Amino acid sequence: MSIMTENLCFSYGEKDVLNNISFSAEYGQFLSVLGPNGVGKSTLFRCMLGLLTPTKGSTSIDGKPVADMSATQLAQRIAYIPQSHNPVFNFSVFDMVLMGTTAQLGSFESPKKEQTIQAEAALERLGITHLKDRGYGNISGGERQLTLIARAIAQQARILVMDEPSASLDFGNRIRLMQTVRALAKDEYAIIQSTHDPDQAFLYSDKILALHNGEVLIWGSPQETVCDSLISKLYGTDIEVCSLRGDDIRVCVPANIKKIRK
Amino acid sequence: MFKEKKRISYSGVIAILSVALIVVIIGSVALGRYPISIKELAGIIGSKIFDIEPFWTKTQESLLLNHRLPRIILACLVGCCLSAAGASYQGIFQNPMASPDILGASQGAGFGAALAILLHLSGSMIIVFSFTFSMLTVAIVIYTGTRAKGKRVLGLILAGIMIGSLPYSGTSFIKLVADPEDQLPAITYWLMGSLNGTAPKDVLLALVPMCIGLVPLFLLRWRINILTLGDEEAQTMGVNAKRLRIIVILCATLITAASVSVSGLIGWVGLVIPHLTRRMVGHNYKHLMPASMLFGAIFLLLVDDVSRNLLATEIPIGILTSFIGAPFFIYLITRDGERN
Repeated sequence: MSIMTENLCFSYGEKDVLNNISFSAEYGQFLSVLGPNGVGKSTLFRCMLGLLTPTKGSTSIDGKPVADMSATQLAQRIAYIPQSHNPVFNFSVFDMVLMGTTAQLGSFESPKKEQTIQAEAALERLGITHLKDRGYGNISGGERQLTLIARAIAQQARILVMDEPSASLDFGNRIRLMQTVRALAKDEYAIIQSTHDPDQAFLYSDKILALHNGEVLIWGSPQETVCDSLISKLYGTDIEVCSLRGDDIRVCVPANIKKIRK
Repeated sequence: MFKEKKRISYSGVIAILSVALIVVIIGSVALGRYPISIKELAGIIGSKIFDIEPFWTKTQESLLLNHRLPRIILACLVGCCLSAAGASYQGIFQNPMASPDILGASQGAGFGAALAILLHLSGSMIIVFSFTFSMLTVAIVIYTGTRAKGKRVLGLILAGIMIGSLPYSGTSFIKLVADPEDQLPAITYWLMGSLNGTAPKDVLLALVPMCIGLVPLFLLRWRINILTLGDEEAQTMGVNAKRLRIIVILCATLITAASVSVSGLIGWVGLVIPHLTRRMVGHNYKHLMPASMLFGAIFLLLVDDVSRNLLATEIPIGILTSFIGAPFFIYLITRDGERN
């Protein structure tokens, strides 16, 4: 078991955000976290990454609780991939990826030959070597997302936590990104992503964690999770799940679509 | 395809800046109402190590060693420190508009100096006073800022603006009650910034805190990159953001306080130099920090040369840096929209 969260609760002051969340992910697995806006997906991620301390329960990585690890120890095991952002300073794509290697360095050290090779390998792996010298602020959203993933690969952590990686991407980039991430999972990375797209979660992930009102609605296989009743309850609207190509694909559509069209 | 601008390599830039610094230092020695040639410079310096028969006058030697050289060294040090502090603050506050006085260091120094002048204290005591009050102001800002609710970075910057205005009004009050015959001009002159009358012991006095601050900033420069991404991201990349920010703030404050307490208020250098340097070597602090330090030293030395040679009377260097800095910065930000 690579990462395991047990009975995790979190509250901001009086307000309970997360209640009794338990799930786990193994290396080689791709886990999607589904849930409506504001359900606490980001809060859950922050707790897993050691940025927030849960009020109750804990997350452990390879059997060791997150709370007992230093920032460096954590960074060597779990990497965070934020939504592609626009940083204040326009670093080159290469420098951005190279920053991922910082956890291997002493406080007063700068990256050396070894780290440069790791960063180059990460760029190569994501197929963005040609962007190396471009400014991170000058490339497209999809390219930025790939850069951030390359940075996480350079970090040498084997658990990758992604915050809505495909949110701001166009249709083609979204598919390419998901296939890249899927391939990474195959290479023994444990990948946990949050997403607003149940079709995509069904298509690519091995397991789905659905959060509703701060609790686990279901933690199960895509086949169990993406069905009429659960998805309708999850998003509070009538949804019909259509199965295509011998159930290789499921598509969620509004149940009352005929009425609206009329 | 977009084409990124071709840059000279980092080592190329450092080599050019290093050579330029040496050239400007030698040129600065020669400049002045009382000329000292390069040959005489070499002779005087050489005579400290070797036995050389003097071919220069006693006045030249005394002028060089007690006035011109200390002033040149101090101009380089102050330029280097203000640029390094500016670059550091811009990084850790994720704010390209940050300058060394963002946490009130200059305002505190101004108050300390004005107070010392009001109390008829000597030159060295003015430095000690302004340094102490500068550090004290920043200490109060950090104490308040870190206790502010909400965003830590914003809290610090706001505290810097608010608390920085306290010593500023204190300075105004001192100006009001100061003797208008001698104290008021002295205070006003100090506040405008000047390296005039630098004594060798001033250099030594400033050198200690400057080194204590500059060395860690130089060594931590790679990590400052990570802090520019924000606390949470830095944390997940294995950097203790809170601790690193405080260390960088302490070092940057130390060198700012040491600079302004010997030179008076010199604006714009800490803001403009890091931005100019980014144009040359990019945004990576590994390269930005050393290049800014060198470039800042060259810039301030050149401006100081203008300040002491342009007119018959000395022009306060603070006036010149604003005069050059402001239009230059406007040119810089309007030149092209491309963020490179």
